[in-house]
Amino acid sequence: MKTNRHDKILLAHGGGGQLSDELIRHHILPKLRNDTLAELGDSAKLNLASKLVCFTTDSYVVKPLFFNGGDIGKLAVCGTVNDLAVAGSAPIALTLSLIIEEGFEFELLEKILASISESAKANDVNIVTGDTKTVETGAVDKIFINTAGIGVRLAGVDLGFEKIAVGDKIIINGTIGDHGLTIISQREGIKFQSQLKSDCVGLAGLTCQLLKNTSGVKFMRDPTRGGLAATLNEICRGAGLSIEINEADVPVNPTVRAAADMLGFDAITIANEGKFVAIVSLESVDACLNICKNHPLGKEASIIGEIVETRDAPIVEMTTKIGGKRIVQMPYGRELPRIC
Amino acid sequence: MLERIYKAQNLMDTACNTLGRQINIMEVCGTHTVSIFRNGIKSTLPKKIKLLSGPGCPVCVTDQGYIDIILQLADRDDCLIATYGDMIRVPGKGGSLETKQPNANIKVVLSSEDALQLAKDNPSRKVVFVAVGFETTAPATAVVVKEAAQESIDNFCILSGHKLVIPAMRALVSEKNHNIDAFLCPGHVSVIIGFGAFAEIVERFGRSCVVAGFEPLQIIEGLGEICRQLAAGKAELKSVYTAVVTEQGNTTAQEIIAECFEPVDGYWRGLGKIEKSTLKLKDKYSRFDAFKRFNITEMPGEDMSGCRCGEVLCGLIEPPECGLFGKSCTPEEPVGPCMVSSEGACAAWFKYGGVMGSGYQEIRRPGSQ
Repeated sequence: MKTNRHDKILLAHGGGGQLSDELIRHHILPKLRNDTLAELGDSAKLNLASKLVCFTTDSYVVKPLFFNGGDIGKLAVCGTVNDLAVAGSAPIALTLSLIIEEGFEFELLEKILASISESAKANDVNIVTGDTKTVETGAVDKIFINTAGIGVRLAGVDLGFEKIAVGDKIIINGTIGDHGLTIISQREGIKFQSQLKSDCVGLAGLTCQLLKNTSGVKFMRDPTRGGLAATLNEICRGAGLSIEINEADVPVNPTVRAAADMLGFDAITIANEGKFVAIVSLESVDACLNICKNHPLGKEASIIGEIVETRDAPIVEMTTKIGGKRIVQMPYGRELPRIC
Repeated sequence: MLERIYKAQNLMDTACNTLGRQINIMEVCGTHTVSIFRNGIKSTLPKKIKLLSGPGCPVCVTDQGYIDIILQLADRDDCLIATYGDMIRVPGKGGSLETKQPNANIKVVLSSEDALQLAKDNPSRKVVFVAVGFETTAPATAVVVKEAAQESIDNFCILSGHKLVIPAMRALVSEKNHNIDAFLCPGHVSVIIGFGAFAEIVERFGRSCVVAGFEPLQIIEGLGEICRQLAAGKAELKSVYTAVVTEQGNTTAQEIIAECFEPVDGYWRGLGKIEKSTLKLKDKYSRFDAFKRFNITEMPGEDMSGCRCGEVLCGLIEPPECGLFGKSCTPEEPVGPCMVSSEGACAAWFKYGGVMGSGYQEIRRPGSQ
């Protein structure tokens, strides 16, 4: 069935003719097959259980394409799944758009597609429609991927900044900074790169469990680019309330800490791809933490701080390990390009 | 750990009570500056203790004249500029290395070895290594100069802007109106030069010099030791970074610096011309000296209009006192080098103190009610 006459992508693979058809039918479809996708229609027809849906999109341009703990394919599935998950929905379906540079090796494309397939299965979503374009050498760097996703909101769940109140607790499901530092270390060829591993993973299993079994979750967000610092600042601005966190309670893998120190980064500003921050009511915090800790993706979950009254302007303040206080700023964000 | 912090804080309280005035302690190391801000150390100190960020960040102390020379060399088609990353954003006449178009002549390197390799890989170009930094980076530059000499890599040269810490400290405390009570001395530099090198500052100028590492606890203990001395009316030389720093320092590194370089008068941002403060290649390596090769003389440059980095570096003002801070000068669009380098005082204030800056230094100490 496989008729791989080429070992590299040609411009014609995106031309809409025979080679395009071959690429889709012989390389993409076999890996991602499901009934909806197999129709290869102009649009996917979906039958959703609810009118309340979440809809999101994200593009993935990570360099390098393959990194310890994942690759661009896994990232493209998990990243979009996580955006749906933290909005309080169960992911149902994804789209997949590939923009491929002429000359890209089929072997690598196959690896990426296999990874997409595996991640979609692991997150219980189907790739239901997609698109493939090829561009001349230099127009993109090897391969860029866009995925859009649709999820059904969980019954009775309505998350939002406006729900957040003074006294609410802040939970994170594990260590910070692993993804961003893995990428930068691998890119720079730094010697401790083998000990670093991206946390890239889909979170819907854990977030759905949390939302179905407790009622105190008010808001969730995945701290990707800009790291925990950016997410906390967004929450602070969105809710109009201040945040206090305790440095000693923020989980950081020791290798990440050492790598961050060496490279002059602050782990709190570094991207994650398998973490969520949840704002939960004081009454439900123990139950939430318990659910996280009993789930494989939340073993190192921790209560890192709380929502407090604003004095002058909403700020994120950190109590450091030595008992000092400092502001956690919104990172200005250009230290690490193309990490996702 | 808390006990050691409390002990140091008690020493600080005693010093504040005994002296009954503001105590100014200057750190001369960018890594200290960052650690002080990142760990919120200022918020744990008595109000009367003021930490000043001195000339400890290599990018910050580099004079504008030197920056303008690099920019001129970058215009030459026959040159390839090899520079550490944080230098490329320092603005000079007509932009920075980052904004220069075309910028094909500029390569960011992670080490001096990478710069030499660049020369080997591009035999038709003159590779100019922008050699900045204190005694910590000078040995690495010396190593590649020797290597270039041995292997006759004649298209390689260095634009030495290497600076020495002690002459800068001497210059600061030689000023009549300086306000520095003591120095928290740099850990990295001391590993190379040895803590004994600071004896002159203690003996001749009567200022305490305490070498500390970069962990927040070491910094606090260093400040505690300084306060112990101040309360007792003494100025002593001490290292609380004993695991790493010796009195003599790294003699091998000192020897290689001495073999390749000699100290000459040099220009510093904010401090002006300082006697024997800058490292110049010795005559036997002069063929690798970019100043000689391109027949350039370093002249003092003009700071960017309104920029007060020079005063920040001398501890005369704190970053928020500069009119540009947080307004037209931010890490995104820096005007002065102290906002460019992540180790610069302005960048650290902006990043960890917020644009509200000095207003934030509110005292809530772990030991107090």
